[in-house]
Amino acid sequence: MNLHEFQAKELLAQFGVPIPRGRIAASPPEAASVARRLGLEQCVVKAQVHAGDRAANGGIRFASGPDEAGKMAAELIGRPLITAQTGPAGQQVRWVYLEEAVAFERNFYVAVIVDRATGGVVLTIHDREAGPRSGTTVRLEISGEDVSGDFEKAAAAFGLAPSSASLLAKRLSQIAEAAVALDAMLVEISPLALTQAGDLVALDAKVNVDDNALFRHPDLIALREVSEAEDGDPAALAADRHQINYLRLGGDIGVVVNGAGLALATLDLLREAGGEPANFMDIRTTATSLDIAYAFELIAANPRVRAVLVNVHGGGMQRCDTIADGIGIAVRRTGCAAPIVVRLAGNNAEFAASRLKSYGVPVIGTGDMWEAASMAVELATRKAA
Amino acid sequence: MAVLAKRATRVICQGLTGRAATYHIGRMVAYGMRLVGGVTPGKGGQRYLDVPVFDTVAEAIAETGATASLVFVPPANAADAMIEAIDAGVELVVCVTERVPVMDMVRVRQRLAGSRTRLVGPNSQGILVPGETQLGVMTTINARRGPVGIASRSASLTSEVVAQTTAAGLGQSTTIGVGGDPVHGLGLADCARLFLDDPATEGIILIGEIGGSDEEEAAALIRQLKPDKPIVALVVGRNAPQQQRMGHAGALAAGQTGGAEAKIEALREAGVTIAPRADLVGMTMRQVLVG
Repeated sequence: MNLHEFQAKELLAQFGVPIPRGRIAASPPEAASVARRLGLEQCVVKAQVHAGDRAANGGIRFASGPDEAGKMAAELIGRPLITAQTGPAGQQVRWVYLEEAVAFERNFYVAVIVDRATGGVVLTIHDREAGPRSGTTVRLEISGEDVSGDFEKAAAAFGLAPSSASLLAKRLSQIAEAAVALDAMLVEISPLALTQAGDLVALDAKVNVDDNALFRHPDLIALREVSEAEDGDPAALAADRHQINYLRLGGDIGVVVNGAGLALATLDLLREAGGEPANFMDIRTTATSLDIAYAFELIAANPRVRAVLVNVHGGGMQRCDTIADGIGIAVRRTGCAAPIVVRLAGNNAEFAASRLKSYGVPVIGTGDMWEAASMAVELATRKAA
Repeated sequence: MAVLAKRATRVICQGLTGRAATYHIGRMVAYGMRLVGGVTPGKGGQRYLDVPVFDTVAEAIAETGATASLVFVPPANAADAMIEAIDAGVELVVCVTERVPVMDMVRVRQRLAGSRTRLVGPNSQGILVPGETQLGVMTTINARRGPVGIASRSASLTSEVVAQTTAAGLGQSTTIGVGGDPVHGLGLADCARLFLDDPATEGIILIGEIGGSDEEEAAALIRQLKPDKPIVALVVGRNAPQQQRMGHAGALAAGQTGGAEAKIEALREAGVTIAPRADLVGMTMRQVLVG
């Protein structure tokens, strides 16, 4: 789960990391009044989207006084912001964050990430002006609630005065502690600014929290509801509640698959056969036949879908017949205009085929997944012609 | 012969009295797995599925002489269960639990370092030694004893490739699911090393996917060892939907950016035969093994 800058900053502040004074606003008049109430003469108006590279794309603007802040908010709110990280459609801006402008002498990039290669957590820091090569990496040791690492050594790498270096080491320790306590897959603070007054302040923050750890962060679950309402695909979010990973794509072949690996393999096979998938689907082992029916209906309701490919290899935890039942329920409930090519293998494949038959689902069956993918592509192409 | 487990391997199950464990352990015992005990805190002294239940792993090991533990504990407590097994000196821990928090796995990996334990998982379908023993939740219907060792990041593709290698007349020595999580125990490289040392394994299949660096590590090992045993790899995800990116940390850190093409190239350069399509893995292995 991605957090917004203002949410991430509030959390970091709880661990002692200073942040500039600021507030969120959902409309231009609110933005002006927030700037006025906070007494912000020089303020930064920042679009709140779950993506970086905002500054280079007009998502971060500097305003002199409340009136200008309101004008800038009007240029941001309600429009998509497109950056290198948002994709071509951009992300809709619902809120701006207004914050006092902070002058600084040096500024750093700091990130804490889970390093998949070593299975550890690392903190990385570099001077933003000198570039990533100026940086250093600290491996974190986690013991109960305690997080340790050689932050002094990292802080000494930038030629700072002793008092600043010691403060930097303290900040790095606070950031590391926050990352572990928040179950963050990513904490990125860029810039962490050394101000003229000698403090080290987080001017921007990105936090991504491990979805699998949300059960122990009830406060963050509330933030997720906000984020989801904001920029999630409603179909994908509903499918997620039905134990299915679903992602709509641009093509015309609907895809029903169990397991992420087989799902990725099926997309590869379809492309190899010259087709374009309409969606990605991974049915988790915990999905029931009713969950699967829901997901199948998402595909059947997609007007672009000209053929459906069901590629299922029944395993020990998700058997073919559960998936067949799901398809049967969906087709009886809402029908399916597109032809359905079905390839069933593995656990309970034959039983599943007989279940589909008893539901009266007209299917084109094959035991071979390449043949199934090729047939689905051919049917979709024929229908398009 | 096989790797990691054999028929005689004495196994305990942590979380034995849970519903999922009760069902799956029953299947494993029917297949030939030698269950000697269970661990459920607070239920020590009872008997369940015909074996004694203990409060702690240490007690269970002392009383039963088990060398392997299957962890069937819900996500919130799975890491503690794995750490308990590591601390008790269990040689092989297989964790099938899905959705274990990553930070918990970081703690588990810290504890694994320097221990005598080999961890498979979490989010793993487990280990299958066809005709001998099953420490996992996979289907066994298409598995046959044979010369091919399979290590995989995907449960669904393992079932698929097991069926393909059986249909190709080969069969499997052992299948290992390393699990689909970002931080896990044994990786594809570790499995490749085990299979290279196993006389019963004549050919190795590695099943990888986008993300992480398992495939790159396996490629580096194979390049270094230059083994005589043929190795076939399938890497899926060339056409995966682009994930939304946030921040720059991924690109700055090593091992976060594994695209399918880069993985395929690394494996090919190491001398691994790349299966041209997901449905041709069994036939590809047959060609390199039998000709």
